[in-house]
Amino acid sequence: MTTVEKILARASGLPSVKVGDVVEPKVDLAMSHENAALVINQFNEIYKGTNLTPKIWDASRVAVIFDHRVPAESAKTASNQKKVREFVGVQSVTKFHDIRGDVGGICHQILPENGYVRPGAVIVGTDSHTTSHGALGAFAFGIGATEMASVWALGVAVNVEVPPTIKVVVKGRFKKFVGAKDLILHLVGKLTAQGANFKVLEFHGPTIKQMNTSSRLTLCNMAVEAGATAGIVPADLETERYLREEAGVAEPIDFVASDQDAVYEQVIEINVAKLTPQIACPHTVDNVKPIDAVVGKKVHQVVIGSCTNGRLDDLAIAAKIMKGKKVSQGTRMLIFPASGKVFRQALAKGYVGAFMQAGAVVMNSGCGPCLGIHEGALGDGETALSTTNRNFKGRMGNPNSEVYLCSPAVAAASAITGVITNPQGGTN
Amino acid sequence: MATVVYKVGNDISTDVIYPGRFMATVLPSETPLLAFADDAAFNAKLKAKQIPPGSVLLGGQNFGCGSSREQAVSCLKGHELIIVAKSFARIFLQNAINLGLRVVTCPNIEANVGDELEISATAVTNKSSGKEFFLVSLPKSRQAIIDAGGLIPFTRKRLLEGAQTTR
Repeated sequence: MTTVEKILARASGLPSVKVGDVVEPKVDLAMSHENAALVINQFNEIYKGTNLTPKIWDASRVAVIFDHRVPAESAKTASNQKKVREFVGVQSVTKFHDIRGDVGGICHQILPENGYVRPGAVIVGTDSHTTSHGALGAFAFGIGATEMASVWALGVAVNVEVPPTIKVVVKGRFKKFVGAKDLILHLVGKLTAQGANFKVLEFHGPTIKQMNTSSRLTLCNMAVEAGATAGIVPADLETERYLREEAGVAEPIDFVASDQDAVYEQVIEINVAKLTPQIACPHTVDNVKPIDAVVGKKVHQVVIGSCTNGRLDDLAIAAKIMKGKKVSQGTRMLIFPASGKVFRQALAKGYVGAFMQAGAVVMNSGCGPCLGIHEGALGDGETALSTTNRNFKGRMGNPNSEVYLCSPAVAAASAITGVITNPQGGTN
Repeated sequence: MATVVYKVGNDISTDVIYPGRFMATVLPSETPLLAFADDAAFNAKLKAKQIPPGSVLLGGQNFGCGSSREQAVSCLKGHELIIVAKSFARIFLQNAINLGLRVVTCPNIEANVGDELEISATAVTNKSSGKEFFLVSLPKSRQAIIDAGGLIPFTRKRLLEGAQTTR
């Protein structure tokens, strides 16, 4: 069996499963953000006319993190957040991360950072980028609000079809200023936005072995941009290191791995040795080009952050490039550390000071302008270069604007010049 | 018979169907007003109730990709549209089934705005062109949810049956 098949078999109490089987896995962790407000409505709806009191099946397995609209941009959002805050109190949800500088942040950083994600776990989230948590060897996938309400009531994900798996084997050493973001953009371009729809991307190979968890999170985060149900890196020594050293996990770790004779739908091999920085051009994530094709394009706003690239490593490489430099006049730069913890680490290491000295604005942890909700919107005809994960029309709050996606290194180098710039140097 | 009232291309994301800036709006009574909000002309027609229930929105491949936001389904459900597309993104398809939005996967569909479609259990016939296109049934695993009238009644039934899974 593949890693995901093993996880689903165990969570469903079966000796084995195969592709296409319909199973009902027990859920180890159920995550929501502000859309918990909608989940609560649907949850209460389930209980209507039943004489039963709405009760989460196991409050210790539910996590709620505010990140999409923090602090609230409107009375409506504030009232939704208030409603969620009251609900988690009544239901005794302890994995609740409010708008705070100590324990707050983006859900897909908060979950791994706090040791909530474990290898072999079944994790569902009312967010499509829940695929991120495959980075630690969990089977993690996005669901809608009504489905989450059903999970809250039953503790299982109903009618899950065992998905086929595509094995992605990655070899070669990245060139300087090339990394996980460029790899996943390249892969999404190759597979297309629907190439892995209803499938799992399982990552292997020496390049993945050497990748840290932060980079693996970037990789699995964007698996959904190829349509994948989940991305997964089977747990290894790096997973153990991360859980012990960074997430403070003391419990035994279950290294679930694919069998030698696991059946894959397809095997894709990628050698990254010659990979250059990759850019996803408007208005689809699979419209990926090597940076040379777009070098020199004027950018009005540069964003570093999001569940894809707001971690300490991402800020470190950006700070290295920006230290002592200035953000170009006519370009604004917004930086969003992925969590309060990342923000404090970035402060301690001097990154925040370097960014501000350069003219960047360092914002509070959260999703920021990624999904165009409440800050950092673009003006008509403006172009953004962003380390986020989506560039759909209107994504950054204005259908009359463009978003290009890139790595933190490209974002930093481009903020200085005001045009899309290859951090490796060259003709530009 | 159902009339095609709107046609879109491939990879139409939930950001296009229901822009992120309206995500604080969650009520199914309110989301339909914001369906395709960035296409002012179509949105205005929907709001003015000029689109009769049972009309077809024709999608390409990977319809509903991107964010898991359920508003992208409830906003279409509110107008009782039928979504016929070459293929659907996983979470959108799931949400549609859960909320009872009618979705039809028809990989080779050829039709234009104004065409009349006849949708049977196995095929979509374009009455305007005379061509017939096979359709892909929804996953069998979903039928129980559809039969129950959506995921909320399905889950309610399970709860009442005492089938609650406990650890």
